[in-house]
Amino acid sequence: MNPKLNTMFKGAQHSTPLIVASMPFGIIYGALAQSVGLSHWAIIAMSVFVFAGSSQFIAIGLIAAGANVGIIIVTTLFVNIRHMLYAATLLPHVKRFSQKVRIPMAFLLTDETFAVSSHYLQKHPNSPNFAWYYFGSALFMYSNWILCTFIGVYLSQTVPNMSDWGLDVAMAVAFLGIVVPSLHNKPTLMCALVAASLSIVTYHWPNKTGLLFSALCGIAVALVIEKYQNNIPAPEVAK
Amino acid sequence: MNEWLLIFGMMAVTFSLRYVFFAFANKISLPEGVKRGLNYVPIAVLSAIIAPAVLMPKGELWLDINNPYIPAALVAILVSWWRRNMLLTVVAGLATFALARYLIN
Repeated sequence: MNPKLNTMFKGAQHSTPLIVASMPFGIIYGALAQSVGLSHWAIIAMSVFVFAGSSQFIAIGLIAAGANVGIIIVTTLFVNIRHMLYAATLLPHVKRFSQKVRIPMAFLLTDETFAVSSHYLQKHPNSPNFAWYYFGSALFMYSNWILCTFIGVYLSQTVPNMSDWGLDVAMAVAFLGIVVPSLHNKPTLMCALVAASLSIVTYHWPNKTGLLFSALCGIAVALVIEKYQNNIPAPEVAK
Repeated sequence: MNEWLLIFGMMAVTFSLRYVFFAFANKISLPEGVKRGLNYVPIAVLSAIIAPAVLMPKGELWLDINNPYIPAALVAILVSWWRRNMLLTVVAGLATFALARYLIN
């Protein structure tokens, strides 16, 4: 096979486990978005044009909570700032490509593609076919995400009374399925607890500003704990 | 809800974040504290969405055994912590919710 196409195929192949793991998110997104009152075209368009799973989920959560467009866009900014870090990491390997290549690369940058392509770069730092590998992963991820969104929209229409099933509870438990596995130490746990408790107290603040405030306080507490933990010597291991 | 504006705004923000470093290939770097803070963004935002959805499903605090969202969330936390599987967490949480609602009625 042509080495470029071969590398592209490898990019897709290496991304498969991550893409399979993302499928329930895409399907549940498509199904939930319907229940908060987004039109079909908007649900699909968000997957096609925004293509950022966690911010799409958070957007429908915020719509369900009654937030306005401005709050959702500001939250999207915060949630997706991590993509800047990914782009910064890939930067040295992207410099040699023209803007015509860089623009679609940036548009298709996701957690999954970043994970596999940065791993690839560690093993092949000077690969001439890096862009092919990247697009192999990214285009597979992109087409699958759109397909899963369609499936979710279709299911929520076909399965009778799906909206009576309490899809708001589906959203809450889906989010728990994302958050709980990431609570692996004291800063992450305290971040979640502080943000959760404050979001109850500030629930009636206008335009869901309480939500952003609570999230920022959670992050601040996590950083303070991290700093405090770094300042005390690591516990001595029993000899 | 203006859907056009929502999607355009989310796209503009997301694409800008992904592209800004690629566009200006020079030495921009975020302060270390900001970088570390960003790691906590998904946890903090999602937690702040989950808590009211579970404890205030009708807009007011509802803390008693008739609130079926609470057992659903507790089971979801346990299953997620135990198996780390999103799909299983959703199925278990929904099943608990249905059962709790059936028992309450």
